[in-house]
Amino acid sequence: MTVTPPTVAAEEPRRAYRRFRSTKGRETWAGLGMIAPAGILLVLFLIIPVILAFALSFTNARLISPNPPRFVGMDNFLRAFTADPVFLQSVGNTAVFALVVVPVQAGLGLLLAVLVNRRMRGITAFRVIFFIPVVTSIVVVSILWKFMYQNDGLINSMIDAITFGAWQGADWLNDPNTALGAIIVMSIWQAVGFHMIIWLAGLQTIPEELYEAAKMDGASPWRQFTSVTWPGLRPTMVFVLVTITIAALGLFVQISVMTQGGPVNSTSTIVFHAVRKGYAQQEIGYAAAISLIFFIAVLVIALIQRRLTREKD
Amino acid sequence: MRTRTPILVSAGLVTAIALTGCGQAGQGDTTTADGRTPLTMWTHSAGNPAELEVYEQIISDFNASQDDYEVVHESFPQGAYNDAIVAAAASGDLPCLLDLDGPIMPNWAWAGYLQPLGISTDITDSLLPTAVGVWDDEIYSAGYWDAALSIFARKSVLEANGVRIPTVEEPWTEDEFADVLATLKSAGYDTPIDIGAEDKGEWWPYAYSPFLQSFGGDLIDRDTMLSADGALNGPDAVAWGEWFQGLFADGYANNSGTIGNQEFIDDEVALSYTGVWNAVTALDEVGDDLLILPPPDLGNGPKIGGGSWQWAISSSCDDADGARAYLEFSFQDKYLTEFADKQVVIPATEAAAEASKYFGEDGALRPFVEFSQQYAVLRPETPAYAVISTTFETAAKDIMNGADVQQTLDQAVSEIDANIESNDGYGFQ
Repeated sequence: MTVTPPTVAAEEPRRAYRRFRSTKGRETWAGLGMIAPAGILLVLFLIIPVILAFALSFTNARLISPNPPRFVGMDNFLRAFTADPVFLQSVGNTAVFALVVVPVQAGLGLLLAVLVNRRMRGITAFRVIFFIPVVTSIVVVSILWKFMYQNDGLINSMIDAITFGAWQGADWLNDPNTALGAIIVMSIWQAVGFHMIIWLAGLQTIPEELYEAAKMDGASPWRQFTSVTWPGLRPTMVFVLVTITIAALGLFVQISVMTQGGPVNSTSTIVFHAVRKGYAQQEIGYAAAISLIFFIAVLVIALIQRRLTREKD
Repeated sequence: MRTRTPILVSAGLVTAIALTGCGQAGQGDTTTADGRTPLTMWTHSAGNPAELEVYEQIISDFNASQDDYEVVHESFPQGAYNDAIVAAAASGDLPCLLDLDGPIMPNWAWAGYLQPLGISTDITDSLLPTAVGVWDDEIYSAGYWDAALSIFARKSVLEANGVRIPTVEEPWTEDEFADVLATLKSAGYDTPIDIGAEDKGEWWPYAYSPFLQSFGGDLIDRDTMLSADGALNGPDAVAWGEWFQGLFADGYANNSGTIGNQEFIDDEVALSYTGVWNAVTALDEVGDDLLILPPPDLGNGPKIGGGSWQWAISSSCDDADGARAYLEFSFQDKYLTEFADKQVVIPATEAAAEASKYFGEDGALRPFVEFSQQYAVLRPETPAYAVISTTFETAAKDIMNGADVQQTLDQAVSEIDANIESNDGYGFQ
């Protein structure tokens, strides 16, 4: 349905398209028509909720209440940073999660991509295996890992078998010291395949000639990686870093399914806390304030990353 | 090419509008083909065929019994049901008739979602007190059944280990219960009791706040309904917390395994603290060896949760008279009996219980009726319950995982109290 610029328009009778004014005008209309489905949905379900959340965060609005909301100024924000220890803990947990997941998942993804980026028989099978967890529903994966992490689950049985009973393993999800770590491991396993594919796409844009030239100069495989591969992956690296960071900061589903923020709030995250406050405890105004804090934090972090990784001319 | 542009534009707009259009739930402002007024009805019973079957029977009987109204029902899965109600209320699309979980009723009545039930008092007076929902001295909801909890055990196992079989007259005391667990653990049960701690959500306050009440604590000070201070963090509550923590620390219970009663069926646990809804399966599997025992008396008599799913009429219902006619029709003993036997829940009237296969005088599940009559404690009837429920769940889970009891309960109290205060006491003075 593309509208080609009518090059033959000049031969047509003038009167016929006076109501379209000009070719440009017509194209604008066509463009608007095509934007409309996505545009209206975006406005309705993204832009308006964001504005609403911004407005709600300065009130004491309830999810359910016969009393009208009151304007409370900065109370919600003050409460988050001074009177809500669980919120502060959630910020800490989210930060730890992101700080571990971003470098490890990006690095592991790159390693896997380099491994499967060769021409040999059966390599597609490996790519598929690494990619399967990505297309599996995260809820399903979370439930499976919840079983595996149980005290008498698969992981502890394996540890028991490998160490001949010398080490019992922990009750992973019920120990405040190990719960977040367990979720980190599972999250990386689930998502690393996606970033492997992104890295792989980046690797395949690097011209083969560069490697040939490097080999001619007698570069070792490591030297080839540092001098040819890595510089060639720069734009990919920026993309991978920013997407992992945003996804890691928005950690929610695994927590909701596996631990509900426990044990002792050791896995509560910002988004999970906002959902719990907003829906379970019906404090929509306060939850909106938490969401706003989260939004600003993600924006700032993403901008810093863009700045640090920009092309230095 | 030229004339295509407007078509394209309008097609795009139409698509966008169609995508964002919202269907209106019927509010009884239209009539059906044969001139009846439709009554919309929502249930949480999708995924529960036994329950749904009885509802469909009642609805078709009611529709056939008169010419004025036609009940049209929709079923939702339980997990998404409360959210659907809140969303529908926010957009003014509530159905006429809806069922709801007993403890959430005050919250919705206070929010103005519901109107007083207004069905004949002959009916509500005949029901179990825990099957009637009261808020602000008005009846807002009523149910066909109640549920009850008990401890399942195998007679052979208790006898082989010399454990006294408790009765309603003489339940296990706290010390005796501790001895029983220790005995069964040394008899080879890895975790002697399954209390269902792997579950989440409303199960936690429903199942474990009765233990707290048996110790003498409570979720909130019920005299004022304005504060949880003292009830949820006083010495009795701390004693409950220490006891609850001990169950896990001593290896008597754990929170792994599957939700439901499978561990007991497989004889991996000796005792199972679970609900009446699992009783028929246990009967089939264990047979005459099955014991249905009262929960332990932890100081103030055994306690169990009361109040299950009930029916209410929304405030936006234009045909409340029709809704009442339907509800009055539906509270016939034969239907209550059918619910009880198909779903395995306690019928709300004595007459329905008499006629029931399981809950009659000689029925195998009769003990549940006695427990319900003697031990049931309603969850606090206050709009604050939504917050109390989730706060208690979090606190109890933290205690299970070894957090400091006093500190955890103090934190829970301050969260509950802050919420009550910010809602201007929810109308309590």
